[in-house]
Amino acid sequence: DIPDALCERDKVKFTVHTKTTLSSFQKPEYSVQRQHEDFIWLHDTIVETEEYAGLIIPPAPPKPDFEGPREKMHKLGEGESSMTKEEYAKMKQELEAEYLAVFKKTVQVHEVFLQRLSSHPMFRKDRNFQIFLEYDQDLTVRRKNAKEMFGGFFKNMVKSADEVLISGVKEVDEFFEQEKNFLLDYSSKIKDATAKAEKMTRSHKNVADDYNHISGALNNIAADNNTAFKKHLEKCAEVFEKLRKVEDRMASDQELKLTELLRYYTRDIQAAKDLLYRRARALADYENSNKALDKARLKGKDVAQAEENQKQCLQKFDKLSESGKKELTSFKARRVVAFRKNLIEMTELEIKHAKNSVSLLQGSIEVLKSN
Amino acid sequence: MAASSERSPPPFPDSEEPELLEDSDEGADAFTGTSISEMDSPSPDSTRPPKDIFNEPLEDIFSDPLSNVNSEPQKKVDTKIPSPSSDEAVDLFSDPLDDDSEVISSPEVQNPMPDLLNEPVQAPKSDLLSEPPVHKNAARQQDIFEDPPKGSSKSSSVKKAASAELFGDEDEEDLFKEPPKVVTKKPQPSGPPVDVFTEVKSDVKVKPQVKDDPTDLFAEEALTAPAPKPSASSSSSRTNGVHSDEHDLFSEATVELSLDSPRNDRKKKDAVKPSVSAPAAPVASSSSKAPSKTLEELEEEESEDTFDLNISVTNPEKVGDGMNAYMAYKVSTQTSLTMFHSKTFTVRRRFSDFLGLYEKLSEKHLQNGYIVPPPPEKSILGMTKVKVGKEDPSSAEFVERRRAALERYLQRVVSHPSLLQDPDVREFLEKEELPRAVSTQALSGAGFLKMLNKATDAVSKMTIKMNEQDVWFDEKIQDVENEEQHMRKLHVMVESLVNHRKELSGNTAVFAKSVAMLGSSEDNTALSRALSQLAEVEDRIEQLHQEQAANDFFTFSELLADYIRLLGAVKGCFDQRMKAWQRWQDAENMLQKKREVEAKLLWANKPDKLQQAKDEIAEWEAKVTQYEREFERISATVRKEVIRFDKEKARDFKRQIIKYLESLLNSQQQLIKYWEAFLPEAKAIA
Repeated sequence: DIPDALCERDKVKFTVHTKTTLSSFQKPEYSVQRQHEDFIWLHDTIVETEEYAGLIIPPAPPKPDFEGPREKMHKLGEGESSMTKEEYAKMKQELEAEYLAVFKKTVQVHEVFLQRLSSHPMFRKDRNFQIFLEYDQDLTVRRKNAKEMFGGFFKNMVKSADEVLISGVKEVDEFFEQEKNFLLDYSSKIKDATAKAEKMTRSHKNVADDYNHISGALNNIAADNNTAFKKHLEKCAEVFEKLRKVEDRMASDQELKLTELLRYYTRDIQAAKDLLYRRARALADYENSNKALDKARLKGKDVAQAEENQKQCLQKFDKLSESGKKELTSFKARRVVAFRKNLIEMTELEIKHAKNSVSLLQGSIEVLKSN
Repeated sequence: MAASSERSPPPFPDSEEPELLEDSDEGADAFTGTSISEMDSPSPDSTRPPKDIFNEPLEDIFSDPLSNVNSEPQKKVDTKIPSPSSDEAVDLFSDPLDDDSEVISSPEVQNPMPDLLNEPVQAPKSDLLSEPPVHKNAARQQDIFEDPPKGSSKSSSVKKAASAELFGDEDEEDLFKEPPKVVTKKPQPSGPPVDVFTEVKSDVKVKPQVKDDPTDLFAEEALTAPAPKPSASSSSSRTNGVHSDEHDLFSEATVELSLDSPRNDRKKKDAVKPSVSAPAAPVASSSSKAPSKTLEELEEEESEDTFDLNISVTNPEKVGDGMNAYMAYKVSTQTSLTMFHSKTFTVRRRFSDFLGLYEKLSEKHLQNGYIVPPPPEKSILGMTKVKVGKEDPSSAEFVERRRAALERYLQRVVSHPSLLQDPDVREFLEKEELPRAVSTQALSGAGFLKMLNKATDAVSKMTIKMNEQDVWFDEKIQDVENEEQHMRKLHVMVESLVNHRKELSGNTAVFAKSVAMLGSSEDNTALSRALSQLAEVEDRIEQLHQEQAANDFFTFSELLADYIRLLGAVKGCFDQRMKAWQRWQDAENMLQKKREVEAKLLWANKPDKLQQAKDEIAEWEAKVTQYEREFERISATVRKEVIRFDKEKARDFKRQIIKYLESLLNSQQQLIKYWEAFLPEAKAIA
């Protein structure tokens, strides 16, 4: 039951590995190749399925973003002639590290998406999900064309307008009222925190890069020197080089554990908000159908149809409310658990890295002193 | 003025001293060589006049300098030398000896000396004499003074060896032998004179230790001076062998003096020290200086060689308002060096005073090939901010940065053995009020002139094509060039590290706030608590980053900035050397031309002009040798200085880098602490 995403580097092809004990699968083990677009397709089909309206649909993984490293690679290629060999090597190293970090991150978010789906009692039985996991050929999902893209955009517009409209509808359930306020508040805060965390980790990476440059520059000075001083400088360069590694790892772990967590929950909360929206929509529909029923009764025609309609809406709304309540509660618990896990992991990693650099620094100070 | 300016290019013995020590043979040769050249050179105060001086009654010589001495700022000397009477002279002499340990190279003793010496030399030149002693002499003294310090400063490391030599080898030489002789010639009872001479010896040892020859010369000369027995006859015969002829003391002395006079101050003031003690010596016979005492003092002096001078620049304070406002800094010195009046003292200086000090020092020392540590740059922008300034953090940072830079600057100056001896340095550290340094203003006329000079220098640098024969220099110049370049690169990197870390700190702070907000709206109490804890941790980490950024800046980036400036100074020394070379080459060319002229004249058979041409050739030959020697000397000095600089640099870098790594270590340890404290909080999230 654990979809395990391994990844081979070829553009962005994910090898999705599935082990399952579920009887609905024909084999206990699968291994298929999927692209990012396949994940998006899966997400979209789930969103469009009416019966999942009462559920928080796991947010789709963000598009893998290799722009940063690619840009750097480009720059590297351009500046290759103007740089010394060492500088080039340093840059390359930097790049590889960054690429690796991005890569790791991308794999992780995709994996999390599948895990979320598989751990949910409803989604795990989804037909499309099974196809996604089982079908060993290329899914070759159609990319969204421009019209659909526009349609999606338009839908979003309508949705946000609708949200404003139905926000006037009086909330009947206190739980949802509370939840709505909380989510609105929380989402803006977490968005903010995410942005800040991103900035923080980025500048942390810059610091690590600077260490790298310093190390290079020290090496350059050392190269021209021929006294005892030279050894010194070389040692220093080495220290900075190592420091860079530690600092870099620190930065990328922070990114992975903290920023990603926040980022993910920004999306997840958006999904929860969507759920609330769907419920509010249903509520508004119900109220409209109530009004229609009243009108129909007044006029004395189409009463049965209106009654039917009203009943349906109420049913739908009740269903949504019920499952939404469940979903939101579990979402809350899940969030706490996730935060706990990530925070602990991050803290441990921070400590580990700091300890590493402490021992590194101590060692090199000893060496320098004894020289 | 011509005379004094001619003097100012400070002269050989100094730069040769190290060699004197290392291999005395070579040094001795060089020395005698120079004296020959001096004799040949028909410089303004030619060889004759000095002898005249010595023919004059001693009193005259004395009275002149003494009056000058009176004009000296130093109170001690002042009180001691109100009149040229012998008693006073005794005081003059005995006093320095009293504070002997302090005196060693302190201005009080030396100040009168230069005058003494100057005067004799310049006596023939009526205009010079007629000048108000305060001004001209003061200027001259400075020139003179810059040298003695150098000479004696070498001592710090060398002193022991030198004095050992002095005691060991020299004992057998004239210095020790001669005094007794003189003594016998003198009417005084034999006892005290002996004292006197031991005193002289001690002086000799203490001051120009390294310069065996000059001191000897002057000890002798000094001895002769009081005794009115000048024989000019032997002047030309005495080219070498100060050591060799132990007889005919007096002629020696005069000869040396005459050799001296055309020479530059350098030698003079070497002479100066002993000569002061010498004139006083006969009188001092009455003073009851026990020789044992001076010996003790000597030992003291030796033990105090170890460098002990702590300078701190603190309390930056804004004085005045508006655009005329300036920052004053408290310069506190703590020292056990005897050259200072007290162990601790504090003065207030403004930034332009620091620049003024540098101007003075570089004017005097740079041309000798010394590396004069440059002060921090003027920053019109930064200072304007401070002037206009409210208390915003950037101007506070600017002030602190400058304060630290000034402190390092002063420490570098005093750690240079030669510069430490400079009276201007001492004055800067000790004197309550300094005359306002005018020429340091960036926009003043002087500043403009300086810029102009720099521009012409740059142009001439480009035009001078020096073919370097000395491989060492060739390599070194290249090395320094490269090093500066790399250093600059590194500096840029470190600057960007500082900036990025500051950025990181800022972003961490913002994130901390954001997390705190998130925590406040979190409805799970445990998680909310953990988040606010996390915010706190991030807050602390922000502090940590900030501190680390300051460390990056102050221990690392500023170190590099300093060394980039210092490398500039090193390059300046190389330029000076090149200039000296150029002078030499020019003289060579000139000589060549003169020779051609002579040949032509010879061919044209014009005997009347021939003599003139010959004279000119002689003149230029002398100049060529002089310039060549100067070039060699400056090369030697630069070389020594660069080696010293390299050593210092390595040490400095090592120290600073260790310090820097320690600061990194410290912040990492703090980081561990913070996160470890947070871990249970994270685990407590239920």
